[in-house]
Parts: sequence; structure tokens; C-alpha cells
Amino acid sequence: MFENQPLQTLLLGRLSWDAIPFHEPILLGTFIMVALGGLAVFALITRFRLWGPLWRDWVTSIDHKRIGVMYMVLGIVMLLRGFADALMMRAQQAMSFGDNAGFLPPHHYDQVFTAHGVIMIFFVAMPIVTGLMNYIVPLQIGARDVAFPFLNNFSFWMTTFGAVLVMASLFVGEFARTGWLAYPPLSGILSSPDVGVDYYIWSLQIAGVGTLLSGVNLIATIVKMRAPGMGLMKMPVFTWTALCTNVLIVAAFPVLTAVLVLLSLDRYLGTNFFGNDLGGNPMMYVNMIWIWGHPEVYILILPCFGVYSEIVSTFCGKRLFGYTSMVYATVVITILSYLVWLHHFFTMGSGASVNSFFGITTMIISIPTGAKIFNWLFTMYRGRIRFEVPMLWTIGFMITFVIGGMTGVLLAVPPADFVLHNSLFLIAHFHNVIIGGVVFAAFAAINFWFPKAFGYKLDSFWGKCSFWFWFIGFYFAFMPLYVLGLMGVTRRLSHFDDPSLQIWFQIAAFGGFLIALGIASFLIQLVVSYQRREQLRDLTGDPWGARTLEWSTSSPPPDYNFAFTPVVFDNDAWADMKKHGYERPLSGFTDIHMPKNTSAGFIISAICALMGFALIWHMWPLAALSFVAMLVAVIKHTFNYHRDYYIPATEVAEVEAARTRQLNTLSPTHV
Amino acid sequence: MSNAHATPLAGVSRTSADYFVTEHHPENGTLLGFWLYLMSDCLVFACLFATYAVLGRSYAAGPSGADLFDLPLVALNTSLLLLSSITYGFAMLEMQKNRLNNTLGWLVLTGLLGAGFIGLELTEFAHLIAEGAGPQRSAFLSSFFTLVGTHGLHVSFGIVWLVVLMLQLKQHGFTEANRRRLQCLSMFWHFLDVVWIGVFSFVYLMGTLP
Repeated sequence: MFENQPLQTLLLGRLSWDAIPFHEPILLGTFIMVALGGLAVFALITRFRLWGPLWRDWVTSIDHKRIGVMYMVLGIVMLLRGFADALMMRAQQAMSFGDNAGFLPPHHYDQVFTAHGVIMIFFVAMPIVTGLMNYIVPLQIGARDVAFPFLNNFSFWMTTFGAVLVMASLFVGEFARTGWLAYPPLSGILSSPDVGVDYYIWSLQIAGVGTLLSGVNLIATIVKMRAPGMGLMKMPVFTWTALCTNVLIVAAFPVLTAVLVLLSLDRYLGTNFFGNDLGGNPMMYVNMIWIWGHPEVYILILPCFGVYSEIVSTFCGKRLFGYTSMVYATVVITILSYLVWLHHFFTMGSGASVNSFFGITTMIISIPTGAKIFNWLFTMYRGRIRFEVPMLWTIGFMITFVIGGMTGVLLAVPPADFVLHNSLFLIAHFHNVIIGGVVFAAFAAINFWFPKAFGYKLDSFWGKCSFWFWFIGFYFAFMPLYVLGLMGVTRRLSHFDDPSLQIWFQIAAFGGFLIALGIASFLIQLVVSYQRREQLRDLTGDPWGARTLEWSTSSPPPDYNFAFTPVVFDNDAWADMKKHGYERPLSGFTDIHMPKNTSAGFIISAICALMGFALIWHMWPLAALSFVAMLVAVIKHTFNYHRDYYIPATEVAEVEAARTRQLNTLSPTHV
Repeated sequence: MSNAHATPLAGVSRTSADYFVTEHHPENGTLLGFWLYLMSDCLVFACLFATYAVLGRSYAAGPSGADLFDLPLVALNTSLLLLSSITYGFAMLEMQKNRLNNTLGWLVLTGLLGAGFIGLELTEFAHLIAEGAGPQRSAFLSSFFTLVGTHGLHVSFGIVWLVVLMLQLKQHGFTEANRRRLQCLSMFWHFLDVVWIGVFSFVYLMGTLP
């Protein structure tokens, strides 16, 4: 076959043995590690005969709780990959001065910073935020699942297969060397003729479909499936922020889809959208990608604000201060997030008036955000604060985020931005808000809701270690970058000449090391907590004395969430129920209507990823074949009309009786 | 737990039975969900329209809309698509009266009109490409082919969906699921009509202006 060049090109496109990075020891080493790890997991699953349960209970599951957990796992696994990239960059920049070229050649370094950005935003932050919303929202609104359970499973697998494509680029071919937003003309076919940008495009397109559909799903869930009595202004704040985030997703992701389609057309068909020679305009790409990109950062941060709101009121033992202003602040941020995109490129040269407009709208966003900070502070004021791990993360967030917000307002001043644009000051700013806002919220939320999902609390010693390493490590890692940015050091450099800068990079690298300890502590926390799960067991379902409906169920909740749909009178529904001495109903159960598992989501997404892979490598027959296969799989799924079943009342009664026995083992004073 | 803010509720006394309902049927969210999807699709078109607005006069010394567009052909095309929306409407009216065969008849007609629309569009595209006015020629033509082509792709998928749904109607008749699907496709089909009116006015009519 290899003698027949045209046939090989037809079938394999650009793919050949040259695409496998045998000559790059770092990649080869990584590949061997991943392969060994993968084999070990494979062997363990086979050894313990877990393939069946894995397939039945997880892969094909349409239970929003399981899908939520799978999103979190995806986010944490990808965090390890994205963080490995971060450590490589920190190490490279700390050593690559003068004659020392560091250990990463520029060609590789450029892939590392691109992959770091893409992975951290799309495959760490997004899955974690989506996972939290998936898990918590239906429970908070008293629903049994999301509006479209199958679509939920499909969305998850599309996101996951997008991540799989990014990971594949590590070992087959290469990733983009363009920075995480792939601006043309650099991402055009002339400057980036290889497969890197194509991996970028197709992984984001595939994951983007998942994100969009999950946005539609959660909006419909929140709008249509709230428990009786839960008017909009009685929704928990987390659900409110989830609603606003999903509105942003549905209104922003189509723009990303469209602009990436245009970029692909330029690359694949030779159209002229973003080239200069036949009338195209690269600034159009930059505008459109930021019309998606700016709402995107609010997509990430809004649910985190919701997380902090739930945690603050729980651990201060008080109703959240200023619920109404919190809701309005969230809605105002949602709207304003569409009016600021140009602040990402003040230097484009759109003129003083345009720049002033976007500078001012940007600064205005700090007002609702500031209102939120004050609401949390006033909730804490005269509260009985319990410094449990989630609360530590929350306080760490409030301090860190305020600093990041203030440097953001500095950058919003166009003349200042002309100096600071593309400098490490900007890098420090957005890590300050994304780590301080989103990552801290992720850990706060994991520590807070873990007992709900798994039935036991996380070990607090290792949780506190994780927090302090992260918190201190963050300041060591990013404060030096502010200094360097003010001195004029630009981003994305793999080598420096001025030796006086080196000390700052070394401090930053030390910070990266501390953060590594923070991540390690978190992983140890998971293992230790699993070993100590009997001591940490939560039998009450409400281990923190919390206030919203998800804590009224058992930990973990039964498949059907609520045997009877709750009725809501107050925005802290569970606190209200406890205050009125609510007792669970013990009889009168009825059959519960539930959606049935299906493998269609996994299969369609897998075929879609195969099509993406074929398009990346220009394997046209395979691409066409997988496209047809995908269409057939979708159509076949629409012929399945038996998508639901009933959990019989007797089974519900058994589950509820077990719960009653569990509650009776507790001393009566405990609840 | 002290809860000073909640005092207005303190006087209300409620029993445990007030806090749950035994029968609860949440509303079906499919039509809302589909509507949300359509709005997101609408944004894709908005981006393509915006792109066309920016690049629509960047001819790169090549042909302009006035040189290329064959308005009588486009008028015919437009009438086919608009008629198909009307026939789809008739299909829905027949569904209301539970007349399966009449519904299927109107759906067949809708599909044929849609196919005619796609056929004429492909003829137009082939003609333009043969003249050397393909999507690679200039930014104007890139944005023209992308906008019109994306609409055409949507109509093609609509036709595939229509055929599949007709098979399912044959199999199961007017079940609740099938009625819902017909309504979704109806929204989709009319949505594409609305987009086409934008394309027709904005691209073809305004494009032929000097």
C-alpha cells in the first residue's frame, strides 16, 4: 500500500509516521506515561469486571447527577494536563535567559501556551461549571432531572470527545501554535499550514455543540421545571446565576461556531474572510471571537458567584444579604457582558470615541460586581462564621478577586491599555480573576457538595493544605507577573535577554511549585477521604446545616431525587422547611416516571470525533463516511420512541424506608 | 439558628403536608427548548449577515452583485420557498383535524418545493463557479456563498428531517411525540423562510443596486 502514494493520500490524507513525535523526548515520555496509565486503568477495570457497570451506570446514563459527576471528573483530569503545561512554561521562563535556551524549543513552547489556554478554558473551567450546574440545579429547583435528559448525555460526550481530540494532538501531529484564540492571519493556511489549527478548530466545534445544547437544556429546565411555589424571585441564587450563564451560553456560543466556520472555510476552501489580499479583513475575526469571548468569561464566573453565595449564607448561618440586589446584579452583568468586547483590542485603532465607550462600559461592570462583594461581606457581618474548607476558599476568593477586579479596571482605561496591552500585566490580571474566581469556586463547590454527591465529607486537613498551598502559591506565581508587565515584558515569550528579569520569573516558578502542592493535596484529600469514608459519612443529608432544597434529600440522593415534589414558600426553601419542623412523608408513594438510559449520545459523539479527526488530517473518504454514519445514527435514535419507564411505587417505598432507618440511627438532637 | 431577616414569615404556621405535592407534572419544555435552539441558530445567521455587511462590497476587482445576480431566477426561487411555508401550514391544519393522509400529502408537496429551491440554488452556484465567480474569487463572493450556502444546508437538513418524520408518521400516526416533532419542524421551516427573506432583500435586492 505504501508504494501506492495516491491511494495512501486518499485514505490517510496528511497522516503518516512523521506525525508521531518520536524525535521529541518530552512528548514520547508523556505518551509512554499516558499509555502505561491507560493500560493500568484498562487492566483494573477488566480485573474487577467493571466494564458492564461503567457502561450501564455511567457512559449511557441520562441521570443529571451522574452526568454532573462525569463533567467534574473530566474537568479535574484536564486540569492536570493544563497544569502540566503551566509548569512547563513557568520552568522554561525561569531558566531561559541569555545563553540558556531552556528545555522547550519555540515550536513546542508555542503549542504549550496555546494548549494551556484552550484546555483551561474549554476543558477545565467549562466542564466544571457545567458539571456543577448539572448536578445542583435540578436538585435546587425540586426537579427529577433536566428537561432533555438524552441531550444532556449527548452534550457531555461531545465535550469529552472535544477534549479527546486535543489530547490526541499531543501524540498524533501537533496542536496550534497561535495562542488560545488563533487570530488570523497567523492561524491562516499560509502561516499555519500544518494540522495544529485544525485540531483547535474541530475540538472546539465539537465541544461547542455540547456546550450550546447543554445551555438550551438548562434554560428549559430552570424555566419549565421549578417546583410549585418557586417563583423566579424565590429561586436560589446559584440557580439564578446558572440561568444567566446559560442565557449567555446560548447567546454567545453560536458566534464562536460561526467564526470558526469562517476560519475553516479560509483554511479548507481558500475563501477570503480573514486574508488581506482579496478583500478580507482579519479584524473581523478578532471582533467576532471576542463577541463570544467576553461573555465566555462571565459564563465561567457567574455560576461561581452563585457557589459563593450559597456557601457564605450556609457557613454564616444567615439568609444571604440582599438577595434581590444579588439577582439584579447578576442580570446586569449578563447584559453588560455583551457591551465590552472591544476592550480586548483597544490598540486596533478604532478611535477615541469607540475606545471611550468600551472603556466606560467595562468600568461600569465593576459596579454590580462590587455590589455582590458587599452583599457577601454583609452576610458575614454578625454571622456565626464557621471556617470550614468551602468558607476558606470563599474568603480567599473575596480577597483575591477584588485585587484582580481592580487591575481589570486599570486595564479598562484605554491609554493605560496601550501600555499594558499584551504584557504580562494582562496575564497576571486574568489569572487573578480566573484562578481567584473560578478555580477557587471549583474547589469550594467540590468541598461543599461532595458529601451530597457521595455520602461522605472530604477530609478537612488535606482540604486546608490544598487551600493554603493554592492561595499562597497563587500570589507567588502571579504578583511577579504584574511587576514584569509594568516593566514592559510581553506575553508568550520563550526566551529573555535581560538577566535582571530572571529573579521575578524564578519567584513565579516557585509559586507554580506551591500550586502543584495544592493540587497534590487535593488529590490526596480525595484518597484519604475515601479511606476514611465511614468516619466522614453524612447520614443526615444536610451535613452543613444548609438552606436550599438539595440538602433536603439523602446523600447521595435517590435516582428520582424527590419521592414527592417539594412545595416552596421561601427562597431558602430547606431552611424554611426546617424552621417549620418539616417531617418527611413515610407513605403514599406512587410510581415515578423517569427517562431511560441510552447509548446513542456516546455513539453519535464518537462518530463525530472520528469525523473531526478525518477532517483534521484531510482523510476525505473517511470524513464523508463518518458524516453519513453520524446522520444514520441520529436518525436511528429518532426512531426510538421508548425513552422512559416507571420506578414502581414499591421500589420507591423501599428506598424511602431505608432512608428512614438511616435517619433513625442518628441521635434525635443531631438534626 | 437566629434568622432575623425571616421574621415576616415567622407568624405563618405550616404543616409538613404543605411542603409537598403527590401529583406533579412539570410542563414539557420541548417547544421552548427548540425555540431557544432556533434563536441560537439565528445568531449564526446574524454573524454571517454581519460578515456580508462588512465584506459585501469588497469585490477585489472582481464581479459585483449587479454583474452576477439573476433576479428572475432568484424570484422564482423565493416563491418556491415561500410557497413551501404555506403548504407546511396546510399540513399543520390537517394535523389539527387528525387527517393523516392529507397531512402527508401537504408534507410531500412541501418537501418537493424545498427540493426545487435547493435545485435552483445549486444551479445558480454552479453557474457562478463556472463563470469564475466562485467563493475564492473575492471576500464578497466568500461571504455570499457562505451565507446563502448555510441557508441552503439548513433547508437540505430540513428536507431530510421531513422525510424521516413522514416515515415516522406512517409508522405511529399522530402520537403526542409526533405532533410535537411536526411542530418543531414547522418552526424550523418557517424560521428558514424568515432568514431567506433577509437574504433575498439584503443580499440580492440590495446587492444589485449600483
